[in-house]
Amino acid sequence: MKLVDEYRDPAVARYLLEQIRELCDGPLNIMEICGGHTHSIVRSGMEQVLPPTIKFVHGPGCPVCVTPTAKIDQAIALARRPRTIIATYGDMMRVPGSSSSLLQEKAKGAHVKIVYSSLDAVRLAVENPDSEVVFFAVGFETTIPANGLSVIRAKQLGLTNYSMLSNHVLVPPVIRAVLDDPAVRIDAFLGPGHVSTIVGSQDYEFIPAEYHRPVVISGFEPNDILESLFMILKQRREGRCEVEVQYSRAVTKYGNPRALDVVKDVFSPVEQEWRGIGAIAESGLSLREELRAFDAYHKFHDWMPLQRPEEPSECVCGEITRGVKEPRDCASFGTGCTPERPLGACMVSTEGTCAAYYRYQLVTVQTGGVRD
Amino acid sequence: MNRQRLARSRPLTMEELPDVVQIAHGSGGKLTHQLIETLFVPLFDNPCLKALGDQAILDPSTERMALSTDAFVVKPYVFPGGNIGDLAVNGTVNDLLMGGATPAYLTASFILEEGLPTKELAFVAESMAIAAKKAGVQIVAGDTKVVERGAADGLYITTTGVGFVPKGLQWSPAHIRAGDVVIVSGTIGDHGASVLAHRFGIDFESQIQSDTACLREVVMAVRDLPGIRCMRDPTRGGLATTVQELSHTSGLNLRIRETSIVLQEDVRGICEVLGLDALYLANEGKLVAVVAPEEADECLRIMRTVKESKDAAVIGEVTDDIPGFASLETYIGAVRVLDLLSLDQLPRIC
Repeated sequence: MKLVDEYRDPAVARYLLEQIRELCDGPLNIMEICGGHTHSIVRSGMEQVLPPTIKFVHGPGCPVCVTPTAKIDQAIALARRPRTIIATYGDMMRVPGSSSSLLQEKAKGAHVKIVYSSLDAVRLAVENPDSEVVFFAVGFETTIPANGLSVIRAKQLGLTNYSMLSNHVLVPPVIRAVLDDPAVRIDAFLGPGHVSTIVGSQDYEFIPAEYHRPVVISGFEPNDILESLFMILKQRREGRCEVEVQYSRAVTKYGNPRALDVVKDVFSPVEQEWRGIGAIAESGLSLREELRAFDAYHKFHDWMPLQRPEEPSECVCGEITRGVKEPRDCASFGTGCTPERPLGACMVSTEGTCAAYYRYQLVTVQTGGVRD
Repeated sequence: MNRQRLARSRPLTMEELPDVVQIAHGSGGKLTHQLIETLFVPLFDNPCLKALGDQAILDPSTERMALSTDAFVVKPYVFPGGNIGDLAVNGTVNDLLMGGATPAYLTASFILEEGLPTKELAFVAESMAIAAKKAGVQIVAGDTKVVERGAADGLYITTTGVGFVPKGLQWSPAHIRAGDVVIVSGTIGDHGASVLAHRFGIDFESQIQSDTACLREVVMAVRDLPGIRCMRDPTRGGLATTVQELSHTSGLNLRIRETSIVLQEDVRGICEVLGLDALYLANEGKLVAVVAPEEADECLRIMRTVKESKDAAVIGEVTDDIPGFASLETYIGAVRVLDLLSLDQLPRIC
């Protein structure tokens, strides 16, 4: 595997920072939509070296963080079902439901397996014909096509012991919801890189067209993000407002048509509950009606918990996910809520804002930072 | 955020430990530390264990003896670049070496799964014999247990080693001073990446080889330099965990630079694919040395003459900026804290 070093060159970083300082002429609140960006920004300590007037507002783009407690409770209920294997991506293991997590269930003897691709979940079903394999599938546009493919594959193989508990969420509707919220103040967007490789850049045209905010779709290395900031500032300086692609080594205008076809064949849009944000119309995808045999929610409806769980009242995950609050605004941050004992999902995923702050930001406060 | 948040949380009492043991209790991160500090240290109560070093240095009247033990449960037990056998020998031998001891004897205890092919066991035992010869140790005692099929995963090995520490030599994090230099003996994360790549069937153009190696030659080459404060091998938890432990024990700040840390290209590749941080990946043939500034150049020069440490480099310095915490200078010029990992590294999903 070849990796390009220019994205990690300190000299390039210094040059971009100079350009940014030169162009920056006032406060700028930028929402990075994707959790991968949050991770990279916080991990590199970027806010220490940027002009203090540039603020990142961390967006709702961490699939683990926006999965509602009710959905976790459903997965836990299925994990307790006899002869059932829950297959899921690693981060979902630790997300707290209302009284347990999949990790705790696993320690108590439930069959919970971490998979790295959706087809691994199908393979589990083939290898364990006497068990039901429930693939707990969460994700944005990036992972939805691959998850959809697993259903197509299971159908081709004639499997009757494979089903999917899905929490698939879409970026554009939640951006609209965020922009329509008067509490949220954002001047520009860092567009999600991986999501855009699938859907293309065209999905974000409504942001400049209807909301008059620039969008730059960015790669994930700190230098990618610095270059994207430079492009946003340049748009502002030149009085432009449009969708631009910094991550041009991976993103095209129309995305990946084959992946988009899979999504259309397998899923249909539904109203979706977002943790901390609430329900948003047509912001989620669930399996099409003719594929209900693979939908764990319908297949095991009798196992689903009846009670709607309460979100922990001391947790402000929702406001953090909407970019209204920062982790340090939360009374539980770092004390009642830590990565070992998370209260909310933002502390669980490595892409969660709170987890990223917890791991990487303590030193800024202690040393007073190295802002110039 | 106030200073209080930076303070380490109060040690748990035994009742506060989780109801059931979780996988993360064996990952070398916070839960492992919690378990050790809450359960084993108080129960097995003795000064050697309390020091929480890589080895216990005993002090009989004639000669000072180092004692260390380690269990090996690696999955898969044969991986590119090594197997559980040479790992079990090198791991314990290296722990002895990190205290400046000359390794001398090992014991080995096996837990085998019913149904393990004899030739697999022979292959592993042979690797152990070869590794022991290379490391200059004799395996003088052992034990074998067999458990039912399914109750273990192939085989597990526990080795215990004894070594002798020269008169007057006292390596310890307590001797670290502000201004000291941090040296690492080569590339980082090779073993962890090799095992992960193999486990998940990720094929790169070339296979990532584990760095499993005996560090005897490296340590013997530099042991006489009086400026060496201490050494550690960054195994479970990786480089980040080791510099954090050294910062914590010394009450100083080990500050390392992202630009000075060298990764093999394939290791960086797998980290990007699986969303892992190489600083937290295990190494099995590397050491971190903290050295007085005036002897750093000489130490580096000598290390580079030895095969196992030919890529040795200075990766940072010791400061008193943030006492008890390690930090990383990122390549864009910011500085952030390096904490212990809370749980096993789990891959990103988007």
